[in-house]
Formats: sequence, structure tokens, C-alpha cells
Amino acid sequence: MTAVTTAPPASPAPARRTGGRGHLAGTGPLLRLALRRDRVIVPVWLVVIAMMVLSMPNTLKEVYGTTAQRADLMDSLATNASLRALYGPVFDQSFGGLTAWRVGAFAGVFAAVMSLVIVVRHTREEEETGRQEMISSAMVGRRAPLTSALLTALVANALLGLLVAAGLAGEGGAGALALGLGIAGVGMVFATMAAIVAQFTESARLAKGLTSALLGAAFVLRAAGDSATADGSSLLTWLSPVGWLENMRSFGAERWWVLLLFAGAIAVQTIGAYELAGRRDVGMSFLPSRPGPAHGRLGTAGALAWRLQRGAVIGWSLGFLAAGIVFGGLTEGATDLVGDNENTREIIGRMGGQTGLTDAFLAAMVGILGMVGALYIVASVLRLHGEETSQRAEPVLANAVGRLRWAAGHLAVAFAGATLIMLLAACGLSLGYGHDFGPIVGACLVQLPAIWLLGSLAVLLHGVSPQLAVGAWGVAGLALLIGWIGPALDLPQPLMNLSPFSHLPKLPGQDLAWSPVLLLTGVAVALTAAGLAGLRRRDLATG
Amino acid sequence: MTKAITVSGLHKSFGRTHALDGLDLDVERGEVHGFLGPNGAGKSTAIRVLLGLLRADSGAAQLLGKDPWHDAVELHGRLAYVPGDVTLWRNLSGGEVIDLYGRLRGGLDKDRRAELIERFELDPTKKGRAYSKGNRQKVALVAAFASDVELLILDEPTSGLDPLMEEVFQSCVVRAREEGRTVLLSSHILSEVETLCDRVSIIRKGSTVESGSLADMRHLTRTSVRAELAAAPNGIGRLPGVHDLEIEGHRVALQVDTDKLDAVLRALTESGVRSLTSTPPTLEELFLRHYQDDVATAGAGQAAEAMTR
Repeated sequence: MTAVTTAPPASPAPARRTGGRGHLAGTGPLLRLALRRDRVIVPVWLVVIAMMVLSMPNTLKEVYGTTAQRADLMDSLATNASLRALYGPVFDQSFGGLTAWRVGAFAGVFAAVMSLVIVVRHTREEEETGRQEMISSAMVGRRAPLTSALLTALVANALLGLLVAAGLAGEGGAGALALGLGIAGVGMVFATMAAIVAQFTESARLAKGLTSALLGAAFVLRAAGDSATADGSSLLTWLSPVGWLENMRSFGAERWWVLLLFAGAIAVQTIGAYELAGRRDVGMSFLPSRPGPAHGRLGTAGALAWRLQRGAVIGWSLGFLAAGIVFGGLTEGATDLVGDNENTREIIGRMGGQTGLTDAFLAAMVGILGMVGALYIVASVLRLHGEETSQRAEPVLANAVGRLRWAAGHLAVAFAGATLIMLLAACGLSLGYGHDFGPIVGACLVQLPAIWLLGSLAVLLHGVSPQLAVGAWGVAGLALLIGWIGPALDLPQPLMNLSPFSHLPKLPGQDLAWSPVLLLTGVAVALTAAGLAGLRRRDLATG
Repeated sequence: MTKAITVSGLHKSFGRTHALDGLDLDVERGEVHGFLGPNGAGKSTAIRVLLGLLRADSGAAQLLGKDPWHDAVELHGRLAYVPGDVTLWRNLSGGEVIDLYGRLRGGLDKDRRAELIERFELDPTKKGRAYSKGNRQKVALVAAFASDVELLILDEPTSGLDPLMEEVFQSCVVRAREEGRTVLLSSHILSEVETLCDRVSIIRKGSTVESGSLADMRHLTRTSVRAELAAAPNGIGRLPGVHDLEIEGHRVALQVDTDKLDAVLRALTESGVRSLTSTPPTLEELFLRHYQDDVATAGAGQAAEAMTR
């Protein structure tokens, strides 16, 4: 239901388009409100992203300790398109320069995710929940909510930039500053982009999803550009804000003028967001939601669960298919790269497999997809938690629906959905790679026990107590962290073993060891059963 | 002095739905004004226009002598709004939210805040997610009544409150009027409106169908009369304005247009009155009389309701 003003109003014209006096009134209190609401989540984001960047020099010193090793890396990057697509080109052989190469793009992406979540949370989500209406009934100017949301994102990104710049200052002050500013710049570009997208959608979820898709596109543009050229000069790279970050050439010959691109994009998008926001009514959007059917066919708790999670499953499926195709396409090239670098060979070996570099690369990619798939299953299982704490489960369970049947619907979507996305990832990989369909499907499916285990842990935590449920994110995050930086850091095996993924055979390449696969599956089944037993016994969350 | 609220010929459509279709509304300063209408009549849309949240397509609206869209921020420092469905932030306490709204309205009376929290029996230390519907409502009510404002706009403010709290609410409204504030009260609880409101506007399908004091409005409708007479009634059926006449021996029951009541009473006394009850129309009857047509077109009403939600 849109209320976009198209024609100027007839008779007693009510004010100008974006009119109204004091349209920034109340920004201060709203900013304080936003910072207070985000007092936990933003510091967590900042610490995680900063740690990711700041831990890198030490890791690199271990792997590329000698000048010869670094020269080797430079050579391989110059000739290898696949690795450039993943990380971008190296502009300087110092540890600072290598840090910027290795994590710059990823840190930028994380900063962008943080920023888009912040902005949507304080704009569209407020309108969707109806809180904005009461806020706007007070002395709050029309531009104050958007302004305070953007300022919140600015504060978070500025702090992140500062952390990075200060933390890496030892590697070179100018480079650290450039990298910090670049990461914060990517964050703000996507903060302002989210501000625009939020004007078009009625739901916060959709606004976040669409902005994330744009972010994914920006990353792919950069990857495509970098695979084509060795120095980030491709037009495709320049089209992507993530590409600007690498083109700052932090720790190399810094190109400070690239900051103007960030500033320009941020300014243009900010103006656009304000213009759009001024042309619509509170709570309305430019893309109105379509009316639903007058008669529904949903008749079971399971059908409801599928209906609620359908969109997410489709989104993840497309994402995994696309990621599979991209990774599959990189596979051929990956082998040339590693061929003449003993250390990279070792890393890839540690990350994924022993024999056959193609297999090792594929195994590493399958492993990454598996770990990201764990995020899907945790999110999906925790829909139970969301439904319960938002009181939507209560009326459902007040019908002739048992708790187990209610939970089973969501869990079926979670566990079968994880299977589906891994199968699609396998299709994508073998499509991109061009052969080995069978082994790749097998490799992807072998990831499932570990994914299921993390999902079943979420079931257990939620079943024991709804307060514990979000702890499942912590566990999944830890597994991801271990899988991501563990091999590079050469963590001790007992620590690596904390992640269920460490126990899986590295396929393709290794022999399929059935015992860990069966064991993990068994544990997953047991945890799920225990969680469901707990869910039957405990009180329903009332608030 | 200008009126608190003047609205004339207000139009607002959402796509093809006309939520407001020439709405008129006049609220004097210092009065409690009831704003009635069935679901989807456009009450909330009208209130959102008055708050400058929606921009009217055409028509004029003034709030405390100012333009609700153009002077929104200034006006909002002089009014407090309570929606029918209050949503709070999960990780902020009720007390924090009350103070936030106080600050955003340019000030809160601390003593009043403490007194209201006590009277509404609200625990201000609970987090937003722990409040029940009624308690969330109380948070918004405390924030509104503790603000030093000229105008209170209350959109079904008591939904979810228990009868005891409903009484506390009513005394707060009475006190607001004694202090010279203006209250626009949209409500479905007709007894509440009947008790509190000086004047009432009834709207239907986005336009005003009736406006005035309850006494005035009663005058335009029928009074029901029951009497037990000494002798059989004589000729009452021929009097103008008499409806639904039932005679059973010496008993008589009838409805009469209120302005024709006099003649009917005279005719009754001629036969000798043993007992007499006369009931003025309740607000409910007034209300139903205006909405009877709506029952047939309820579908359209529901569609409009979806718009305003």
C-alpha cells in the first residue's frame, strides 16, 4: 500500500516536499537511544573485525617469513587469476601490505554488513514495528531518524577505522591509516546504500537482504576485475566499493585520492536517501507489499514453518549455487598457483587435503561452504526461538499442535534445508569446475554431519532454556573462526578439535572415513533428541 | 483564541482506498473530545495526519493554530501521543523509555512521573520484552500524562488495561481537563467516552457523520419510554414521532423522537401514570444507528482498516 506523493496536492497545499521546520530536531537523543540499544552488538562487531585484521601480521610472519617466500607469493599472484579473485592483488611485500591484501576485502565486507544492519535496524525496522510512529509524535524532525541511524553507523565505522589504524601503526602509519579509512569507507558506502534501500521496502528483513545482495555483487565485481588484471586496474574493480579499498594501495604507494570516491559515493547516496525519505509517509515504502490471498491453504504447523522460512531457504540456495560456481571456476587456476610455492601448498594442505592440489583446493572450498552452511542451520533452528520470544508461537501452540510437531516443522526446514544448500553448492562447484560431479557431491554431503551437529546444538540450547539459545551463534562463530584462521595459525590439534569440521575427512582427496561421519551424525541426533525433550518439559518463554 | 484542532475537507488515499474522504473535525481548547468510528473508519489515519506523519492529499488541518505538517516539530513539543498498540525496545527498561519520550517532548514533570508510576502500578525497571500489553500501554500513558503539554492525542489508549487501571486513566483525563489541557480521545469503549467527553465526533468511511455534545446528539434521536397507566392509552399511536409502539393492556412501550417527547408525556398523563421509565439513547445506540449501514459493507471497512494498521 503505497503513499508516495506523485502529483502536488491540490487546494490548500500542505507545505513543501521535504518541508517542515527543525527537521533535524531530536537527532541527539535519537543517536543516544541508538547507541544505547547497540551497546553490546556494535562493540562485538568491532572487536571481531578488528581482531581479524590485527591478528594477520603475526600469521603472515609465520607463513611468509623470508623475503624469498614473499617474492614467491608475488610471482604466483602475478600469474594466478584465481587467487587474485579471492583476495585481490598485493601492492607491497611488507607485512602491512600483505595484511591489507589478505584481509582487506573481507574486513570491508564485514564492516559493510555491520553498517547495513545498523542502518536498517534504526530506520525501517523502527517503522515496521510501529515504534517510529510514537517517536515521531514527539519533537523529532523528519530527518532525525535517518540522521541518527547514519551517525550511529558513522560512529561504529570511525571506531573500526581507528582500531585498525592504531593497531597496525607498527607496520607503517600511513598504510594503517589508509587501510582503516578504506574499511570504514566501505562500511559507510553500504550504510548509506542501506538507507536508500530501506526507503523501498516495507520489511526490515527484505531491506537487509537486498542490501546484502548488492554487497555480494560488489564483491563479485571486484573478484572478476582482479582475476582479469594483476594490479586492480580493471573497470570492474573500479565499479565496486570493495575494489576501491584495495586500490587505496595501503602500505604501498597509498593513493589518497581514492578516498574521494568513497566520500562522493557516501555523499550522493546520503542525499538520495534524504530525498526519498522526504517524499514518503512514515511507515510507507516505494515498493508496496502485494496483498496476500483472501483464503489460505496453510493447514499444519509444518506448512507454516515452511512458509515462514521459504524466502530464506531460497536466498541461501541461490547464494550457495552461485558461490559453488565461482569457486568451481577458480579451481583450475588454483593449481598453477600453488604449484611452485611450498608454503601456500602447505597452507592449502593444512586447510583442506593432502594429495592433489585440485582436490585440496576443492576440499578447502567445500570446507568453507560447509562452515557458512552452519550459519544457515543455526539461523533456521533459531527461528523457533524467534517465534517463541515474539509470542507468535503461543497462539499456534494453543491450537491442537503439540510442541514437538511445532518444532519438527522448523527443524525439518533447518536440517533438510542444510542438505539442500550443500547439494546446490556441489552442483555449482562441479558446474564451475566442469567435471567430478560424483566426488564433489559426496564431499559436500560429508560436511552435513558437522553442520547438523551445530544445528542440533542450537536445538539443545533452545530446548534447555530460551535464554541460552543465542549461544548457538557463539558456538557456530567459534567453529567458523577455528576453521578460518586455525590452519594459518597452526593451532594445536586439541583446539582445532573443538570444531566439528576438524573431524571430517577432507574430501575430495582423502579416503572417506566413515567413523567420524557416523559419530557426528549420532551426536547430532542425540543432541536434537535431548533438546526436544527439554522443549517438552520447560516453560514457554513468556517475554 | 484559536481552536485546538480544526480539520476541514481532509482527503487521504492509499492507492485506490480512500482512507479519509472529506473529514471535518473541530476541537475546542480545554475540552475532552471523543473521536468515534468503526474499525477502518479512518480515525488512525486522521490522527497520523494531525501528527504530521502522513501528508494529506487535500484539505486543511490546523493544530493549536499551526500546520501539522510544516510545524510538526514545534507542535510535537506541545502535544503528547499515545498509540493503541505500544511497541517497546527489547533491551530498554520502561523507565528509560518514559524518560526518552519526556526528553523528546522537551521535558517531563519528575514528581508527576513518580506519582503516575505509583498510580498505574508500573514497574519501570523491567525490560521492554518483559511487559504485557497492558503494561506497555501504561509506559506510554505515564510518559504522556507526565509531560507538560497542551494537547493529548490518545488513540484507543486503554486497550489492554484492567478496569482498575481504566479508572486511573479516567481520573488522569479529568485532571488534564481541569488543568486546561485539550484531549482528543479515540476509543471503542463507549462508557469511557460517555463519562469523559464533552463533545463527540463520529466518523464513518473517512468523513464526519455527526458532531456535537452528547446532549445535542441525544436530542436528535429517540428516547425509549415505558409506562404503566391507570387506563388504556388513548390515541398515542397517532402522535407524530412515535415508533415501535407496543400496547399490552394498561402497559405501553414506545420509542419517540426526543424532540416530540413532550406531547407523548402529556398524552400519557391524560390516562393517569402509575409508573414511568424513560431512557435517553445511550451512546451505543447513537453509534449503532450510524453504523447500521456499515454492516452491509463491512468488507470495505476491513480493507480500509488494513490500510491504517
